[in-house]
Amino acid sequence: MLGPIIETLIGGLLTGVLYALVALGFVLIFKASGVFNFAQGAMVLFAALSVARLSEVMPLVFAVAIAVVIMVVLAYVIERLVLRPLVNQEGIILFMATLGVAYFIDGFGQTVWGSDIYKINLGIPKDPMFFFEGVFPGGILIDREEVAAAAVCAILVAGLAIFFQVTRTGRALRAVADDHQAAQSVGIPLNYIWLIVWAVAGIVAIAAGMVWGSKLGVQFSISLVALKALPVLILGGFTSIPGAIVGGLIIGAGEKLAEVLLGPILIKTFDLAGGGIENWFAYMLALVFLLFRPQGLFGERIIERI
Amino acid sequence: MLYREAGQFKTSYQADQAIFPIAQDRWFVWGLVAFGFLVLPLFADQYLYTEVLIPVLILSLAAIGLNILTGYCGQLSLGTGGFMAVGAYAAYNLALRLPETNLIVVFLFAGLMAMAVGVLFGIPSLRIKGFYLAVATLASQFFLEWAFARVKWFTNYAPSGSVAVGKLELFGMPIQTPMEKYLFVLAIVVVMTLAAKNLIRGRLGRMWMATRDMDIAAEIIGIRPLYAKLSAFAVSSFFIGVSGALWAFLRLGSWEPLAFDINRSFQILFMVIIGGLGSLLGSFLGAAFIVLMPIFLNQLPGILGIPMSTALISHLEFMVFGAMIVFFLIVEPHGLARLWAIAKEKLRLWPFPY
Amino acid sequence: MTLKILGAAVAAAVGVTALAAPALAQNEQFIPALVYRTGAYAPNGVPFANGIADYYKLVNARDNGINGVRITTEECEFGYATDRGVECYERLKKKGPTGAAYVIPLSTGVTFALTEKTATDKIPLITMGYGRSESRDGTVFHWNFPLLGTYWTASDIILQHIARKEGGFDKLKGKKIALVYHDSPYGKEPIALLTERAKRHGFETMFLPVTHPGVEQKATWLQIRQQRPNYVLLWGWGVMNSTSIKEAVAVGYPRSQMYGVWWSGAEPDVRPAEGGATGYNAVTLQHTAGQFKVHEDLKRHVYDKNQGSAKWDETGEILYVRGLINAMLGVEAIRTAQEKFGKGKPMTGEQVRWGLENLNITADRIKQLGFDGVLQPIRVTCQDHEGARTGRIQTWDGKNWKISSDWYTSDDKVIAPMVKDAASKYASEKKITAGCLN
Repeated sequence: MLGPIIETLIGGLLTGVLYALVALGFVLIFKASGVFNFAQGAMVLFAALSVARLSEVMPLVFAVAIAVVIMVVLAYVIERLVLRPLVNQEGIILFMATLGVAYFIDGFGQTVWGSDIYKINLGIPKDPMFFFEGVFPGGILIDREEVAAAAVCAILVAGLAIFFQVTRTGRALRAVADDHQAAQSVGIPLNYIWLIVWAVAGIVAIAAGMVWGSKLGVQFSISLVALKALPVLILGGFTSIPGAIVGGLIIGAGEKLAEVLLGPILIKTFDLAGGGIENWFAYMLALVFLLFRPQGLFGERIIERI
Repeated sequence: MLYREAGQFKTSYQADQAIFPIAQDRWFVWGLVAFGFLVLPLFADQYLYTEVLIPVLILSLAAIGLNILTGYCGQLSLGTGGFMAVGAYAAYNLALRLPETNLIVVFLFAGLMAMAVGVLFGIPSLRIKGFYLAVATLASQFFLEWAFARVKWFTNYAPSGSVAVGKLELFGMPIQTPMEKYLFVLAIVVVMTLAAKNLIRGRLGRMWMATRDMDIAAEIIGIRPLYAKLSAFAVSSFFIGVSGALWAFLRLGSWEPLAFDINRSFQILFMVIIGGLGSLLGSFLGAAFIVLMPIFLNQLPGILGIPMSTALISHLEFMVFGAMIVFFLIVEPHGLARLWAIAKEKLRLWPFPY
Repeated sequence: MTLKILGAAVAAAVGVTALAAPALAQNEQFIPALVYRTGAYAPNGVPFANGIADYYKLVNARDNGINGVRITTEECEFGYATDRGVECYERLKKKGPTGAAYVIPLSTGVTFALTEKTATDKIPLITMGYGRSESRDGTVFHWNFPLLGTYWTASDIILQHIARKEGGFDKLKGKKIALVYHDSPYGKEPIALLTERAKRHGFETMFLPVTHPGVEQKATWLQIRQQRPNYVLLWGWGVMNSTSIKEAVAVGYPRSQMYGVWWSGAEPDVRPAEGGATGYNAVTLQHTAGQFKVHEDLKRHVYDKNQGSAKWDETGEILYVRGLINAMLGVEAIRTAQEKFGKGKPMTGEQVRWGLENLNITADRIKQLGFDGVLQPIRVTCQDHEGARTGRIQTWDGKNWKISSDWYTSDDKVIAPMVKDAASKYASEKKITAGCLN
């Protein structure tokens, strides 16, 4: 019994890393501009579609390079046409605007790139690895692609940490995140910062899109992974990068364990038509956490004044 | 010239507190209701009923429900689809298990069940706020969707998981043809809108609005946040539950939990925001806009005679829809209802600019 | 300014919706096409829609329509969403001089939603290889035509094949068979038959639902790895199919023990998994992939004139071929109806229903139509709206689908009583008196 549990735990943690990759994009934008960017899922789809279709005609490296350019242009367009006219609006209005952007990008991406299933081949073998076959019957199964995804995520987080801590732009970003007005008054151009943040989120979307795309195939449904990233966000806190990672791990492991261990018990007890509790388990888990820490695990303390 | 309140003096408090203090507004609304009940049935065809009027009315009701919660009480919710499902399945089960129940009772029961579930899922709102709450309400959406797909009792052990309603009737009158269905829905919507309007104008509504504008301040002046928030969840869920039951019984006829999935929640949120947060009129305008927009976009190339592949039309529909939302938010973040208000202001002065 | 724009938009919207269907020439047969060329199910929806569209074009170009009645069609995109599918149906059902001849929803959800509506509107519902399994009983489901096979037929054929591999149904005792299914009415259809067969033969079943659109299957397949069922049946659609196969690779479940329904056995399902899908099996709806006789005409009359909907080398794909077959059966039903109600006239839905109920496509006729070797004879009657219930198993060899079994016929000793039960239950719920229409 221990074997399957460990296996599910590892599988869940690795899936959690994938969730964290998407959640990272949300956090970056929310931190710097206070926008709850629902279009992150659509951006992941768009980035993955770009890489997949471009890599059909050129080597993967070039495809990724061009995709980076595309995402930066996209960030510029969004900043210019959507965010700038909506400056100083309430959060909910900005949130709605990103929903609109998400629809637009979904349609635009499929118009330009097509709506078939496309492939991204990262050259990772698909067959699983088995460990500890002597200890547990059947061994412990680990998916190579997910290990690669975890590696990508680690590199990305390290890169972002360096970017935020060391570079001038990164420091400016942190200043904006702390206090918009103070940052502006010391001469940090907000528009420029937003452009940078959206571009960085776009690049994170490329990474997420490539990993998800290689795993699932690049297709419309990828944009729905955004919904999987939401409980990660509330669990980890909207403004915390470590929160996104830790939240991703907890959610990933929690929902897989729940499905495999709790699912069959629930089905037996209540005579259900099949399991599938992972669909809501992540949200419930996050909700329970929230009742004790309303700002998420690593979120900033909410101070209210009149 | 035509729309002028000069000369309309209020001589009693009652007149001053009327729903529509201006006579023209009153006539207009009466006219609209009369038009809906008497004139429309004269010329509407089946398509207009089943695909335009009935969906717009039912979804308006859901939008009113969400507007009470989000627009008036400031609690952002993404669980509308789930509460509609509660209403739909509650109504289905009551009608199935007690077939003699009056249809009105069935819908009331749907509302009450949704109300109970809504209050339950509203409890976290006492602790968490803003987007955290929005995402937390997704928990109810996914949980409810799952429960109706999995717990066999809810679907009467239907092997396909798809349930259907039988023939509907009210006090012996059948509700079968699109026109009968339309009139039934219209009657319910009119009554419930009136109820909503009065709730909002009353003590409860003022409590909600105080909580929305600043909950701590509201607490200090003696409004209990527990009561204000949970009552908003309760009333809102009641409306949404009834609309869910109407949607299932009068629009779909046979349905599966997928009919109330997350996209439904987003659709109704769109209606509320495009229409106007904190406006009943906005709920109707938003619903009409969101229902008509795709139909219109879908037919546009055919009407203009531009040959276009279906896939392209559909992708363009996505793009135009997204762009319209952004456009509207930029031009008028307070929604269509605000445009209407501006129009009324202008009309007041028309035709003289000053 | 904005007010004016808005006013114009509202006026236009109202104008459009109020607009009646444009007048059409009298000698035309209108057939609506509910399609999905976008969204999560587009990879499977597109080739099927292309096959149907191209066959109508072929009939118009080669034969100048059906006995001179040209086919007109209009596509309506619904993205596999049930409510939008119903909207499409409502919008298109009255078009043309005689209204819609028949409807092909290609969605079990829409089929459920339309079953009652089509009966009121008197428009037949052709659900070739899908829809509700009990609707094969034409005495209750007068307007449903699940031609060529229902899901009970599909799952029965797969079980028969497994039983033959194991050496008889009695050898299935104690074996474990899992069903990984799309969590919708579609995916739930085979459960009834599997449960019935499991009761008879003593094998264990395991039902694993996958939520729409089906990209989250990790936990499902971890369960399969831990429970180790002997066989896995796959009832997926769209991107779910390829994801299932990929996840099977990821947990090392042997693909040769996986059997898909005919909607999980096409090129878009296996190609994304690349080499991983080799050895995966699926039951066929009679036909497999490849171009055949009718493609010569298709090339000459449609594709050489650049009128084709697909690329030429995609016309041999399974779902495209299935589209051709589906359109052919519809056209033949109209032809049959014309024999009775007047050649060279457009048929109403009621008349087409008669044509479908009396559809009898013999081996000779199949040869004439150019579907030689693709189809077996089909004969529809009032009692049997399925017409034929045979199928084979095909296996993906890494590049192509290869037929890997003989013909099987689903066992009516098992299915017929189930159909009867379910249909009479439906009839009593809906107060339908069973019997044949004329």
